[in-house]
Amino acid sequence: MPVRLKINGKDISADVDTRTTLLDLLRERLQLTGSKKGCDHGQCGACTVLVNGRRINSCLSLAVVHDGEEITTIEGLANGEQLHPMQAAFVEHDGFQCGYCTPGQICSAVACVKEGHAKSDDEIREWMSGNLCRCGAYPNIVDAIKDAVAKNA
Amino acid sequence: MNPFSYTRAVDPQQATSVIGSNASAKILAGGTNLIDLMKMGVERPTQLVDINRLPLTQIEELPNGGGVRIGGLARNSDVAEHPLIVQRYPVLSQALLAGASPQLRNLATTGGNLLQRTRCYYFYDPAFPQCNKRQPGSGCGALNGFNRIHAILGQSEQCIATNPSDMNVALAALDAVVQVQGAKGARSIPIGDFHRLPGDTPNIDTNLQADELITAVDLPAIPFATRSHYLKIRDRASYAFALVSVAAVLDLQNGKINGARIALGGVAHKPWRAQKAEAALQGQTADEKTFRAAAEAELAAAKGYKHNSFKIELAKRAIVRALSTAAAMA
Ligand SMILES: Cc1cc2nc3c(=O)[nH]c(=O)nc-3n(C[C@H](O)[C@H](O)[C@H](O)COP(=O)(O)OP(=O)(O)OC[C@H]3O[C@@H](n4cnc5c(N)ncnc54)[C@H](O)[C@@H]3O)c2cc1C
Ligand code: FES
Ligand code: FES
Repeated sequence: MPVRLKINGKDISADVDTRTTLLDLLRERLQLTGSKKGCDHGQCGACTVLVNGRRINSCLSLAVVHDGEEITTIEGLANGEQLHPMQAAFVEHDGFQCGYCTPGQICSAVACVKEGHAKSDDEIREWMSGNLCRCGAYPNIVDAIKDAVAKNA
Repeated sequence: MNPFSYTRAVDPQQATSVIGSNASAKILAGGTNLIDLMKMGVERPTQLVDINRLPLTQIEELPNGGGVRIGGLARNSDVAEHPLIVQRYPVLSQALLAGASPQLRNLATTGGNLLQRTRCYYFYDPAFPQCNKRQPGSGCGALNGFNRIHAILGQSEQCIATNPSDMNVALAALDAVVQVQGAKGARSIPIGDFHRLPGDTPNIDTNLQADELITAVDLPAIPFATRSHYLKIRDRASYAFALVSVAAVLDLQNGKINGARIALGGVAHKPWRAQKAEAALQGQTADEKTFRAAAEAELAAAKGYKHNSFKIELAKRAIVRALSTAAAMA
C-alpha cells in the first residue's frame, strides 16, 4: 500500500505491507535507526516518536494509519550541527549509560515539556514513566529535563 | 502477524457495514491493544477498518444540562485533561491518567479502552494450550496455574480473567452509557450491561454485537461527582496494570452519606460495581468504621486462588482508603 509522510520535514513516499509498523518503516525502510525497538509491545518507550507533535509508541502503530501526517524522530530534533536543547541537556547531565533508551527518552522529554508536565521532579517522573531505562539513568534524566526546562527548551 | 487488508473508513456507516459483513474484520482505533494482540497471534483479523479519521473525537456537554458526551475516538489523554472531565468527573480523569503511559494514552481511544482484552498470561500467549477465552473448550490455564493477577469476584470455573481497564472502573461508578451504531441502527447500552461475567462463555467479553461501532460514551449529570477519587494499587508506582483499584463517588450531607457509587477494578471479569458496599453506606456517618463495614459486605462473596487471595484484604483496605480520601475532599 502506498503511504506518504513528512518525516523530519522531508516528504517521503513508500509502498508498504499493511503489517508494517511506523517503527519498522523508519528503521528498516528509511534507515532512520535512531528510534529503537526495545520490546515491540508498547512496554518500554524506546520507539517513541512525535506524530503531529504528540508522542506515541511507533511500535504499536501501523505506518498506513499515518498517511499524510508529520513525524519527528530523534534524527529531526537537531538544527544542523546544533543539538536540540534537550539533547544538549542529556549530554551535559549524563542522562544515559548505554544509550539504547535515549532517543525515545529525548523525544518523550521534548513532548513532556511541551505538554507542561515537567513542573517538578515528581511530575517529570510520572510523565516520563512510559520510558524505561535498563541502565537506571533516571536521576540524571530528571536533572537533564529540569535543566532543559530552566533553559527554556 | 497474519496478512490483512486495510480499509480507511470514510463514515461510521461504512465501518459498521464492513464489520457486519466480514466476521473476521476488526475496527482499528489506537491499535495499542489490537496490534499487540495481532503480534502475539491472539487476534487474526483478515481486514482492518481504520476509524482514526472519523469525526468521533468530541468531548462536549449534552443538551439540557444532561451531562457530557465523549466521542468513541476521543483519545484517553485528551479526555483526561479536558476541563469538563477534570471539573465534573475527577474520578474519570484520575483513572485515565493512572493507566498506561503518556505515549499510549495519546493513541488509546475511548472505544478501544472499553474493548481492551484481559492481560491474563494464559490468554495473551498462545504458547499456553489452555484458555477458554482464546480457545473455547480448552480449559482455564490460570485456575490451577499462576493466578496472582486474577479475579476474586464473579468468576467461573471456566475463566478467572480480569478486565484490565482503569477507565472502565470510573465509567462504571459514573453510570456511563455506551452509544453504539450497528447495521440496523443505534442503541444505548448502560455500562453495567456492556461487559459480561465469564460464565460458560468467557470467549465473549461484551454485549456489543459484531456489526456495532462505539460512537460515544455519555456521562449523566452527577453534581456530587466532584467529590470522587480513583485509587489504583499496582506493583510499581506507574505504568503497570492494577492489582486492585477503586473508583469512589460520594454524596455527603453534613457528614452523612446521602449516596455512594463505588466500582472496583482488577477483581473481576468486568468493572465491578460494589452495590453491597453502596447499600451499607446509605444514610450512615462517613467514618472509617462505616467504610470498613461496607468493604466487608462487598468482599464477603470473594473467593481467592493460590496466588491472589491477598487481593481480598487489599480490596477492602483500598475501598476504605478511597472513601476516606473522597470524604476528606473540600
Ligand atoms: C504496555 C501497556 C500498558 C498498559 N497499561 C494500562 C493500564 O495501566 N490501564 C489501562 O486501563 N490500560 C492499559 N493499557 C491498555 C490501553 O489502555 C489499551 O490498549 C487502549 O485503551 C486500547 O485503545 P485503542 O484505541 O488503542 O484500541 P485498539 O487496540 O485500536 O482496539 C481495541 C479493540 O477495540 C475495538 N475497537 C476500537 N475502537 C472501537 C469502536 N469505536 N467501536 C468498536 N470497536 C472498537 C478494536 O476492534 C479492538 O478489538 C496498556 C497497554 C499497554 C500496551
Ligand atoms: S519498542 Fe515500542 S514501546 Fe518498546
Ligand atoms: S541508557 Fe541504557 S537503557 Fe537507558
